[in-house]
Amino acid sequence: MIKFQMPSLGADMEAGTLVEWRKQPGELLHRGDIIADVETQKGLIEIEVFDEGTLEKFLVKEGEKVPVGTVLALINDGKAEVSESAVPTEETPKPEIHPIEERPETPQEKTEEGERIKISPLARKIAEENRVDISLLQGTGPEGSIVKKDVEKAISEGVKPIQEAQKKTEETSAKLAAPNVNAMRMAVAAAMSKSNREIPHYYLEKRMDMSKAMDWVKEANKERPIQKRLLPVALLIKAVAKALDEVPDLNATWENGLQRKNEINIGFVVSLRSGGIVVPAILQTDSKSVDEIMENLNDLIPRARAFKLRSSELSQSTFTITSIGEGGADKVFGLIYPPQVGIVGFGEISEQPFADEGMLGIRPVVDVTLAADHRATDGLIGSKFLAALNRHLQNPEEL
Amino acid sequence: MTEEEIKKTVFQLLQRIAPETDPSQLMPEENIREALNIDSYDALQFIVSISEKLNVDIPEEDYGKTSNLKSLLAYLSKKLEG
Repeated sequence: MIKFQMPSLGADMEAGTLVEWRKQPGELLHRGDIIADVETQKGLIEIEVFDEGTLEKFLVKEGEKVPVGTVLALINDGKAEVSESAVPTEETPKPEIHPIEERPETPQEKTEEGERIKISPLARKIAEENRVDISLLQGTGPEGSIVKKDVEKAISEGVKPIQEAQKKTEETSAKLAAPNVNAMRMAVAAAMSKSNREIPHYYLEKRMDMSKAMDWVKEANKERPIQKRLLPVALLIKAVAKALDEVPDLNATWENGLQRKNEINIGFVVSLRSGGIVVPAILQTDSKSVDEIMENLNDLIPRARAFKLRSSELSQSTFTITSIGEGGADKVFGLIYPPQVGIVGFGEISEQPFADEGMLGIRPVVDVTLAADHRATDGLIGSKFLAALNRHLQNPEEL
Repeated sequence: MTEEEIKKTVFQLLQRIAPETDPSQLMPEENIREALNIDSYDALQFIVSISEKLNVDIPEEDYGKTSNLKSLLAYLSKKLEG
């Protein structure tokens, strides 16, 4: 028996609310299946399972807010033993098939313009597919949130589809899944305060010649249809993954000492128009081609902005990249996302005088910074990493 | 397609990327990305969406011509004529 726990989706997360179970007891689970929706300060997150087995029973009901690490459900993997005694041994009530209907209805506040409508991702998907105006629905889920059943009921009762309310709904739809701006601010504040309080950062900086890399991207894009064109950042991410492979002490966490990570999952900072940041991970970055990384970004960035990420994408990153992009600042000095031990910052790629082999020329260059945890590594390791990164960027065809 | 229609499409697509802004307030020679606070990624998505919506090919070396409304509209009009 496997205990399925409330995952930690970042250093700033202490608890989460189980909004909706997406699987039922008796169902067969595969690695990567989405088992539940959990509400955090970063929005509603789809939680994946990492084990194979049959869903045995729920230990936490929809609507309950529980600390990280709480056992949410038991998964039967064919082994009789439950590893720890923390699981209640008394007869737990039989899993409720329709738990939502048995809870008292939460009074639903009148939805005013701009106010957030609480709805689970699954319910929203069904509503969108059937063009149901969710602003007209009464939620019966936790804290009055709209769940799958409410939408299905509305469809069966023929609630009028989106018409006059359409414009308003479209305007607000982007905000629906979003946690309020204040919660997002507090989540960033908590993580960054922890970082600044606990991690003794050291900083290194190196200017890198980007002429070969930019020529490579330009050539590559000539052959690609517009939808498949690369941004230089995809190449930068790949180069960082390769450099981490050479300097594994930076692809690690600091938890009672340095813990190297087997996978290189690079977290990419995505800023939100409403303020705040989300850092989804590009899983196994080192094994992906530059094209695959770009495809990954095309998938992740819009989902990050719509708060539609999966748990693995928020919890598995082993290193972080922040990139300013075109038209921005020349340099960025990051704060490490705990418990990671390093963050690389790319400033804007701009044309600058650059000396090479006794010749001065105007070249595209990028100022790259590394902030690293001095408990975990020393400047020599950091410097080695930046040198490796630079070397990879001078040989883009090998990336 | 008239220039007015192209303009309308451009505004719609910009608004989709930057929903809280009003692209119709852009000055002809104002830098679109700076004015609407659009990052490198969204700028690429904007060019992709224009290219799909108007069915024109916009090679990378022409991206510079999309930086303000005046040059963007002139560029698209010329493309659509040809």
